[in-house]
Amino acid sequence: MSDTIASIATSLGVGAISIIRVSGVEAIKIVNKIFKGCNLEKVNSHTVHYGHIIDNTEVIDEVLVTIMKSPKTYTKEDVVEINCHGGIITTNKVLELLLLNGCRQAEPGEFTKRAFLNGRIDLLEAEAVMDLINSETDKERKMAINGLEGHKSLLIKKLRDDLINIISNIEVNIDYPEYEDIYEVTIEDLKLKLAKIKKNLQKIIQEANDGNLIKDGIKTAIIGRPNVGKSSLLNRLLEENKAIVTNIPGTTRDVVEGNILILGIKLNLIDTAGIRDTSDEVEKIGVTKSLKLLEEASLILLLLNNNEPLNEKDKELLLKTKDKNVIIVINKNDLETKIDLNSLPSKNIVSINTIDESGINNLKEAIKKMYNLEKFDNSNFNYFSGTRQIAKLKECLNIVLDIETGLKNNISLDILELDLRNIWTILGVLIGDAYDEELLDELFSKFCVGK
Amino acid sequence: MDFDAIVVGGGHAGCEASLALARLNHKTLLITGNIKNIADMPCNPSVGGPAKGILVREIDALGGEMGINTDKSHIQLKMLNTKKGPAVWALRAQADKITYPKEMLKTLKSEQNLSIKEAIVDDLLVKDNQVYGVKLETKEEITSKVVILTTGTYLKADILVGDKRNPGGPHGEKEAKNLSLNLKKLGLKIQRLKTGTPPRLKKETIDFSVLEREDGDDILRCFSYDTTPLYKVNDQVPCYLTYTNATTHQIIRDNLEKSSMYGGYVQGIGPRYCPSIEDKVVKFQDKERHQLFLEPESNYYDDIYLQGFSTSMPHDIQELMVHSLKGLEHAEILKYAYAIEYDAIDPLEMKPSLENKKITNLFTAGQINGTSGYEEAAAQGLMAGINASLKIRGLEPLILKRNEAYIGVLIDDLVTKGTNEPYRMLTSRAEYRLLLRHDNADLRLREYGHQVGLIDDIRYQKFQTKVKHIEELTAKLKEIKILPTETILAKLNTSPILDGITLYDLLKRPEITLKSLISLKKVPGNYTEDEILEVEIAIKYEGYIKKALKEAQKLKELEDVKIPSDLDYSKVLNLASEARQKLQQISPRTLGQASRISGVNPSDLAVLSVYLKRSK
Repeated sequence: MSDTIASIATSLGVGAISIIRVSGVEAIKIVNKIFKGCNLEKVNSHTVHYGHIIDNTEVIDEVLVTIMKSPKTYTKEDVVEINCHGGIITTNKVLELLLLNGCRQAEPGEFTKRAFLNGRIDLLEAEAVMDLINSETDKERKMAINGLEGHKSLLIKKLRDDLINIISNIEVNIDYPEYEDIYEVTIEDLKLKLAKIKKNLQKIIQEANDGNLIKDGIKTAIIGRPNVGKSSLLNRLLEENKAIVTNIPGTTRDVVEGNILILGIKLNLIDTAGIRDTSDEVEKIGVTKSLKLLEEASLILLLLNNNEPLNEKDKELLLKTKDKNVIIVINKNDLETKIDLNSLPSKNIVSINTIDESGINNLKEAIKKMYNLEKFDNSNFNYFSGTRQIAKLKECLNIVLDIETGLKNNISLDILELDLRNIWTILGVLIGDAYDEELLDELFSKFCVGK
Repeated sequence: MDFDAIVVGGGHAGCEASLALARLNHKTLLITGNIKNIADMPCNPSVGGPAKGILVREIDALGGEMGINTDKSHIQLKMLNTKKGPAVWALRAQADKITYPKEMLKTLKSEQNLSIKEAIVDDLLVKDNQVYGVKLETKEEITSKVVILTTGTYLKADILVGDKRNPGGPHGEKEAKNLSLNLKKLGLKIQRLKTGTPPRLKKETIDFSVLEREDGDDILRCFSYDTTPLYKVNDQVPCYLTYTNATTHQIIRDNLEKSSMYGGYVQGIGPRYCPSIEDKVVKFQDKERHQLFLEPESNYYDDIYLQGFSTSMPHDIQELMVHSLKGLEHAEILKYAYAIEYDAIDPLEMKPSLENKKITNLFTAGQINGTSGYEEAAAQGLMAGINASLKIRGLEPLILKRNEAYIGVLIDDLVTKGTNEPYRMLTSRAEYRLLLRHDNADLRLREYGHQVGLIDDIRYQKFQTKVKHIEELTAKLKEIKILPTETILAKLNTSPILDGITLYDLLKRPEITLKSLISLKKVPGNYTEDEILEVEIAIKYEGYIKKALKEAQKLKELEDVKIPSDLDYSKVLNLASEARQKLQQISPRTLGQASRISGVNPSDLAVLSVYLKRSK
């Protein structure tokens, strides 16, 4: 129990203040690393301090931090509690920072387990602890499975396949050096592979972040040139939604026009007032402002007019959004088609009019499909936290950087391979697949060696 | 009691076990079927290689015999993987199959406390689940405090060639027919394993002129920390390479059903890493050729061992196969290849001390435990000998951790995961391989060897001097600074520095070697090559070594939590049922061992640690 553990102690409900609990010998030291305010290592026990959580220089959240020194704490270890005010995304971000700075995500029931092991809880309570560990683990297991369902899990699997390929080849080179027929992995091979691994990791992290967005609401912008029907679409979406969640403080820092639920997915509509209300001033707003809006949005509904051919402004918007999650919405499909659909860059096109039901339903389906939510169980939204997964993925990315440094320092492949194996193991734990004979299976099925 | 200890079997495990016991002053009896086959090498004529070579170094560091004996009897020596990092360097010797056993027998005979007897053991003498001796085929009974079984492949052995199955061990020796039946009666779980060996060819009938030649190193080396090289570089004997071809593959495919394996005549499970040539051709159909090695078996006779060509085909097909190979068109087969099936126990029934869980004072080592290889056998034999001695003396067993030795990895794997194929030591099995190097086996293990009593004071003092020199040299490097103005930087061909820098930090640059610093007279004192190497590795790989040590520390915390061997897991509520069953079966000694059992999840470990704390 020499390591320091951290976890979100409150349930991740919308809009509540969340508390992150940290326990262990380095609890105060680690929190102090990401805290701007007083020096937490110098304060008295059982005191509360105001300040900010920072990631390098960027302020993440405004917080109250409670310092409780051993032994008069829940776990009998040094305990720090951070009251976060920034909603789920920021709370997760704070936790992620703690994990990157030396904390380990607590196992289910681990705080209570420590309390017991350190003699804080008596025998009777111990039974309850074990019950708790079990039920929490079960819950977590279910959530973890949901969290990495399908797509992401596949990506990680593929990445692991890639890794095991090069790992087993390097291992065979070590264990059977005298076989001249077997391909000898080179530094160049590793460099190539590493670039690919890095790219894929970054992609998965990005997607994992998207996963969090889903649970917390997707920042959505409706854009298009003047008179294309943005207001009508917005109003139609808002009208239809009886369960409007208005601007909840702490959910997001963006100015939000409204939150709407579509098939269980929350969309946080970003205020695109600049574009919407003063439509004839589009030119005045200029490229910078619209770019910024596009940058912030996770989902863009780009509206085009069915009744008119594409003009320069349409093309400009199409170009600007080409790397984003964009659904092209062709409005006014009740009028004659003058737009050339074949010239559009994306295949993600939905045709609607704001009067007819079916077009709007198609749009909802398109959003659902984009976030791969078919299998996602709404009831778990409150519990699920992808923070642990993201932290693990970032740990992998850090190891990739270590390997790159090693390459620069002429470290030999057999040593760098140990780091590759670490990544492989971490990813295996993430997708619940850490069968340790796997490497040998691969090795002997792929390489023909032996007496 | 007639003896303190009885060792059954005179192979590599049996030799190490009986030597260790005798040297630790126990009156020991070694029983072998045929004294001529002591320390025999029925398979390849080599010792060491990746991972295995490090096992030999560890055996030597602890006070075993294999390293010393190899130094006396090899005909070629080579350090492998020298282009790779120091963690995977490994020494391999072509051992002389005549000299090796001869030297070992000489050593055994010179031990005062050791007697050798030719006999076949039929049964164990057991009372109240405790062994107290053995019963011979002749019905004679010999008693002892402990018994170590190192029976190799001889338990109910069958030799297989084509569709023929003949009871018997290697060299047509008599198999131990009744012993495994009686072990079964005593309640031990028996499994059937298989291995194979390739044909031996007559040297004069091979056309070496068309083959690729492989020589030994031109640097003199030793396996043992305590021997000096006894050979000359130029006296080494070369090995040769050849390859299979389309004709060979066609012959094999045409006759596949005639082999023991593919004809369905074999029950035992063979090792994946020792596939027969039939297996290679069937499983790797795309490969146009397979590499084969021609290794001389001895300076005293003509046999050439055809490594990579193990088969269970009938003799006439073997002739066709061999003659299809380049350089071997006219080769005469002196000894045909064969497969061998034998009985082994389930290693999950052993404690990490190699003592049997069901029968007290009974130890097992080597192929009977499901392993393959001379080095793996010797390592277990040594540990069984040491732990049997500690048991007799009433002391705690010596259990090496995974971060301390390949031997620790080997035994932990066996008793935690079991094995259903002959287990071979591989580099990839060792997660701490950066710590488990060829060079530092003595630093890791010699202390244990001394404590146990196998490393005498003279050898121990020599070791302590080395440790002292290493510390001294490291301290000097941390102390001595060079300034930006010094000419040494240019001489070393390295980039300039801005501030003063210690030699220790300078050495971290890839292009700098410690030898060059010493030769430029920057470091005073006289140090051996080994000491210099040790210091250099520790500095150059400091970051990686630290990382491995940190991982090892995590392991230690789990290893420090002991689990009582009589723990009733049915009383531990909330364990998953798979975990409960596995834990009950394996009965891990520590929480660390429990964590390595497949099917035991982190939540089960948490539950278990709470339970252990509570029951204190």
